[in-house]
Amino acid sequence: MSEFLQQLVNGITWGSVYALIALGYTMVYGILRLINFAHGDVYMLGAFGGYFLARALAPAAMPGGAMAIVVLLGSMVACGAVGFLIERLAYRPVRRSSRLAALITAIGVSLLLENGGILLFGADPKFFPQIIPARQYQLGAGVSVSNQQLIVILVSIALMLGLRFIVLHTRVGKAMRAVSHSHTAAALMGISVDRIITFTFVLGSALAAAAGVLVALQNPKIDPLMGIMPGLKAFVAAVLGGIGNIPGAVLGGLVMGIAEVMVVGYLSPTWRDAIAFVLLIAILLFRPAGILGKNTAEKV
Amino acid sequence: MKRALVVLVALGLLTALQFELPHVLNPYLFQIVVLCGINIILAVSLNLINGFTGQFSIGHAGFMALGAYGSAMFSLHVGGGWVAAMSAAGIAAPIAQGAALVVALVLGGLLAAAAGYLVGLPSLRLRGDYLAIVTLGFGEIIRVLILNVDAVGAARGLPGIPPWANLFWVGVGVLSVIAVSRNLAHSTHGRALFAIRDDEVAAEALGVNTTAYKVMAFVLGSFFAGVAGGLFAHFLSYLNPNSFTFIRSIEVIAMVVLGGLGSVSGSVLAAIVLTVLPEALRPVRDYRMVIYALMLIGLMITRPQGLFGSREISLSWLLGRFRRREPRPTP
Repeated sequence: MSEFLQQLVNGITWGSVYALIALGYTMVYGILRLINFAHGDVYMLGAFGGYFLARALAPAAMPGGAMAIVVLLGSMVACGAVGFLIERLAYRPVRRSSRLAALITAIGVSLLLENGGILLFGADPKFFPQIIPARQYQLGAGVSVSNQQLIVILVSIALMLGLRFIVLHTRVGKAMRAVSHSHTAAALMGISVDRIITFTFVLGSALAAAAGVLVALQNPKIDPLMGIMPGLKAFVAAVLGGIGNIPGAVLGGLVMGIAEVMVVGYLSPTWRDAIAFVLLIAILLFRPAGILGKNTAEKV
Repeated sequence: MKRALVVLVALGLLTALQFELPHVLNPYLFQIVVLCGINIILAVSLNLINGFTGQFSIGHAGFMALGAYGSAMFSLHVGGGWVAAMSAAGIAAPIAQGAALVVALVLGGLLAAAAGYLVGLPSLRLRGDYLAIVTLGFGEIIRVLILNVDAVGAARGLPGIPPWANLFWVGVGVLSVIAVSRNLAHSTHGRALFAIRDDEVAAEALGVNTTAYKVMAFVLGSFFAGVAGGLFAHFLSYLNPNSFTFIRSIEVIAMVVLGGLGSVSGSVLAAIVLTVLPEALRPVRDYRMVIYALMLIGLMITRPQGLFGSREISLSWLLGRFRRREPRPTP
């Protein structure tokens, strides 16, 4: 039992990371109907952004907590800017073309970020500096949680609440919901659709960057190709919860993280990558709209 | 009669190429030519699914992997014995190997086609992006499965596959997939596929059995992907699950979209360009994949319909262009 609880804690930690990445997928999909394949690579850039910031700040000898906050926010801002550039330079020119052309562009951007990363950072893994030394807390019943896991979970919850506030209680959030409903109608109501789309990309990229830094805090090994698999799985998580649905992305991420850790713990680590896709096919066969998605009738 | 002549000439040409090209090209260039052929089969077969029918499959590497491993297992355990028996009976080695290869390729293709049927069935329920995601998941599951089954070598890979595939057999594969696609495009069935692509609801209203045709396109496309996988296996004589990742499927999609969805000749040309380009960029080593990615993005921005749109390049089309350029006789 205690082992199960321990796995659950680890699963929730991973799940929070998937959820943060999945949010970006689901927001972009909700607004553009585009699978943004480059999103996983923005997560990688987030980890590298944090790495370079932390190294640059090392001589300042700040306390670990303050340093972590600066690194996290700095990386989020930097990746927000990257998201802005990607949208402006690559996605906006193909927005009027077919969706397939947009998808291929997304794949091109993904390849560009991965190989540009190899070129700039080198293909060999880097080691993220230990900003916050690991410490274990016993929760009783043989279950322990590290301070790093707590940070991952708490920061994720804070960011998700922040996102929820933006989407539900601000003017720009209202505009985002309007645009995801219909571009034309939103434009007729005086919403600048282009600006909202850009804002969505910036927001999603910042969340992915946060996920990158959070992962790097506890798994310090980072490399330019680290974003591919988590990116795909976070995308699957978004579909699992119902793509375009923000609470669904969080739920999907958590389900995915827990399922994966359970498979590694009770079955075999080599099956880790398969569970995500088995879950995916199962949900698509039995409930294609996702766990929280609404079934929409197709209009003719 | 005319058709039989064309086939004979093509086979003769391929035989000549098989014997002469290795003398003209060094082994590295020769290998690129063969890989071009395999990529053409992949691109044209994916074009049947994505370009003709307008469905969206991003798991082509999975079908290729099934064909590759299926045919390799056959050759390793059964085909090798057949070749030995045939050689003992006095049949020349190239013929014996070719016969065994054809059986292996067909079996690999059928295995992939069966999987295509299974994946095609959910297309009854799923449309557009969801179908794409299922095929993506399928491709990854196949790869993880191979990684975990020890009988096919798991992560170590599968060595020692008899190297029976050569330029001749790859050429036969290329010609058959092109012939099948072109004949399909000009048949009633092909028209039905195009109708589904252009407007599924209208096609259904006109009496096209959309489900049956969508599954048929999937089965046919995956069959040839399996054949391409089999050729790949018997050419390199070593298989590794890492050859069949998601990136591999993406490469094939890039070929189809770059060539123009629905254009067979476009797929062929794009397959050649995208196979040669990364090799041609080798001198700039570190920048090569970056340039490749930038070109992909640039092409999509400037020509989102692909290089050829849905047009075909044919001899008469080329001649027509040529004639139009002739100077008008001055009075």
